[in-house]
Amino acid sequence: MTTKEYESYYVPSQSHWPIIGAIALFMIAVGAANYVTDIKNETSGYGGYLLLAGIGLVIYMLFGWFNNVINESMTGKYSHQMDNSFRQGMSWFIFSEVMFFAAFFGALLYVRTFAVPWLGGAGNNVETGAVLWPEFTANWPLLKTPDGTETTSMGWFGLPLINTVLLLTSSITAHFAHISLEQNKRPQLKAWLGVTILLGLAFLFFQVLEYSHGYSDEMQLYLTSGIYGNTFYMLTGFHGMHVTLGCVMLIVMFFRILKGHFTPESHFAFQAASWYWHFVDVVWVILFVFVYIL
Amino acid sequence: MTINTINESLDDAATDDHHDHKMTGIKRWLYTTNHKDIGTLYLWFAFIMLLTGGALAMVIRAELFQPGLQIVEPDFFNQLTTVHGLIMVFGAIMPAFTGFANWMLPMMIGAPDMALPRMNNWSFWILPFAFAILLSSFFMESGAPNFGWTFYAPLSTTYSNGSTAFFVFAVHIMGISSIMGAINIVVTIMNLRAPGMTYMKMPLFVWTFFITAYLLIAVMPVLGGVVTMLLTDTYFGTSFFDAAGGGDPVMFQHIFWFFGHPEVYIMILPAFGIVSTIIPAFARKKLFGYSSMVYATASIALLSFIVWAHHMFTTGMPLFGELFFMYCTMLIAVPTGVKVFNWVATMWRGSMTFETPMLFSIAFVILFTIGGFSGLMLALTPVDFQYHDTYFVVAHFHYVLVTGSLFSIYAGAYFWLPKWTGHMYSETLARWHFWCSLISVNLLFFPMHFLGLAGMPRRIPDYALQFADFNKWVSIGGFAFGLSQLMFLAVVIKCIKGGKKAPAKPWDGAEGLEWTVESPAPYHTFSTPPKVD
Repeated sequence: MTTKEYESYYVPSQSHWPIIGAIALFMIAVGAANYVTDIKNETSGYGGYLLLAGIGLVIYMLFGWFNNVINESMTGKYSHQMDNSFRQGMSWFIFSEVMFFAAFFGALLYVRTFAVPWLGGAGNNVETGAVLWPEFTANWPLLKTPDGTETTSMGWFGLPLINTVLLLTSSITAHFAHISLEQNKRPQLKAWLGVTILLGLAFLFFQVLEYSHGYSDEMQLYLTSGIYGNTFYMLTGFHGMHVTLGCVMLIVMFFRILKGHFTPESHFAFQAASWYWHFVDVVWVILFVFVYIL
Repeated sequence: MTINTINESLDDAATDDHHDHKMTGIKRWLYTTNHKDIGTLYLWFAFIMLLTGGALAMVIRAELFQPGLQIVEPDFFNQLTTVHGLIMVFGAIMPAFTGFANWMLPMMIGAPDMALPRMNNWSFWILPFAFAILLSSFFMESGAPNFGWTFYAPLSTTYSNGSTAFFVFAVHIMGISSIMGAINIVVTIMNLRAPGMTYMKMPLFVWTFFITAYLLIAVMPVLGGVVTMLLTDTYFGTSFFDAAGGGDPVMFQHIFWFFGHPEVYIMILPAFGIVSTIIPAFARKKLFGYSSMVYATASIALLSFIVWAHHMFTTGMPLFGELFFMYCTMLIAVPTGVKVFNWVATMWRGSMTFETPMLFSIAFVILFTIGGFSGLMLALTPVDFQYHDTYFVVAHFHYVLVTGSLFSIYAGAYFWLPKWTGHMYSETLARWHFWCSLISVNLLFFPMHFLGLAGMPRRIPDYALQFADFNKWVSIGGFAFGLSQLMFLAVVIKCIKGGKKAPAKPWDGAEGLEWTVESPAPYHTFSTPPKVD
């Protein structure tokens, strides 16, 4: 390592964006807490507005903050080392997201392996099963809960399979876009990135369609339909939120590319968005296997 | 490690004012991107939270001074224990260590600042808002959370009061703050070390924070996940923790403790780092077994992921689970024993002096070991059935958290106060603080072992008559310990206002890059990195 790359580490001067971000998170937390409390108590309040205002403020903050960062980057203030900091930061952020999903996958595997069979009397729980819910039989998907809520399961064929193909394809097109960027082929870059975004939006559309099937009278698969419905909607729901965020990132990248940003050597933001996209893809594959197929 | 600073910019940094875009007044603190400012903010915030959580503890001890209900209602008592725990864990100990990380890491590795300075500011400023939400729930109609800091379902779901959503979202934003802070620490250490400072040349302090930050990134999202499930169970009709819908309340404990056990080490590994810095300085010897310390820290961190269910021996786990978690937990005693051995071996035949940082460090080694041993007792499944949920557990974790983590924080604060403020603190007053704390803390927590073994359950506002005498002494210890901490406040304020001018290196056995810059440390250090051989 040469000393030169160490000499130019850029330390920004004061910034008002972080404190705005902290206030925004405060508004989101207070707003959301009031909002869900009002829903539960069937009262009305200002929580929802505060929540929306907080989200608005976060978006404003992100625009301002990233604007600063992009300007600093474009005016050459960042060294190679700074680029490394961003890359490592993004990688560890994605790792933290992996652990967030791990909590929900852990819950899914725990109920499937332990909780539901035990409720049915497996292991040394024969008495428990017989005394508490003698009618209950343990199986997965859990279509009839111990307290008698019934539902139907979402098959893997059809929409979920289409969505798997869409998302896997989009990961490949995102990779092609990255290669085009590194080879400085701008028209191909725009085309591949555009296709990736469209595939992502199509995925979201089908996901919403699938939810509307689930919530139809025919299927009666609700968030409240026992542990099967809980894990199904929470896992696919959080995944869908991450796909939405990924799409937003890619769309921002698309507009930045139209403005002529990024070079074959320096394109951290694009790289980060692309990593994130691959990450949501991998989560989907695991989800498709454990939530839909098995 | 010999340190050879080849750059002259160290002196520049002090005189060179165009580096100092330091604003004045409140804006300096709100907008700052400076690691020293943010470190200071973290440390003050942690201390304010320590006093807040301590005040709650005093009310708890006042209620428990004698049997019967005197001062508070049982429900309010539960709110006190819950918020006391949450504040001390997330508001006092963790932010204090993050404060140390902010202040010291860049100076110790020769970096100009933290790697992502603006995000650093964001991490801090989330915290006051998060705790404002948590504390505001005391003034809500339903009162504050009352289900214990571990918020077990169904206490926190079916039977929770109206402020649960505020608790959940406060924890969410605390988690965001911790994850961003941890990412910053990891990236700073991986990417901003001075040329020549290889991983195995880093001070042990840096190593412990490095490993702690990984633990945080790995488990804070799991905490986020479990509070989310709790939220949907309470407010949106899911049944993750409700057997009637196919879930399992015990699953809550599994997910919570998968976060919670690494969390315990998040609060003690940095303490190991601080003590491993201070003991060599006052024994005037190098740290004994540096590399074994690194490997021991890493082993403790890895083992922390496979021992969580030792908090759950009485939940009716299968026998294999009980045995697996018991053996894995006892395995942790090995690397921890290596550490204690190394600290003692460092002191062995050293030319020791006993300034306050060293006093707190030695007390740490002895009292943390007591807490470790009672932990080993709790790790034994058969006897844990007796100890579980008694004051023995309370004694155990207060020995590791108060005489462990908190004492290390005091040791570190006294050790680096001269570097932070440019003045020597008052050694007399500091010794008063130490001895009063040491005596009162043992009066406070040691009898709890006996209470627990005799069967007094934790988290109750009233108790059987035979526990009265011990509880009286415990409460007296508690008040004395609480009041003693005001002496620390006095020492710090005196030290900031004035005192003997501190030299660049006030401790003659101290090592590390932070002692090569003047005291107080200039606003910007190491704009060009030093060379480390």
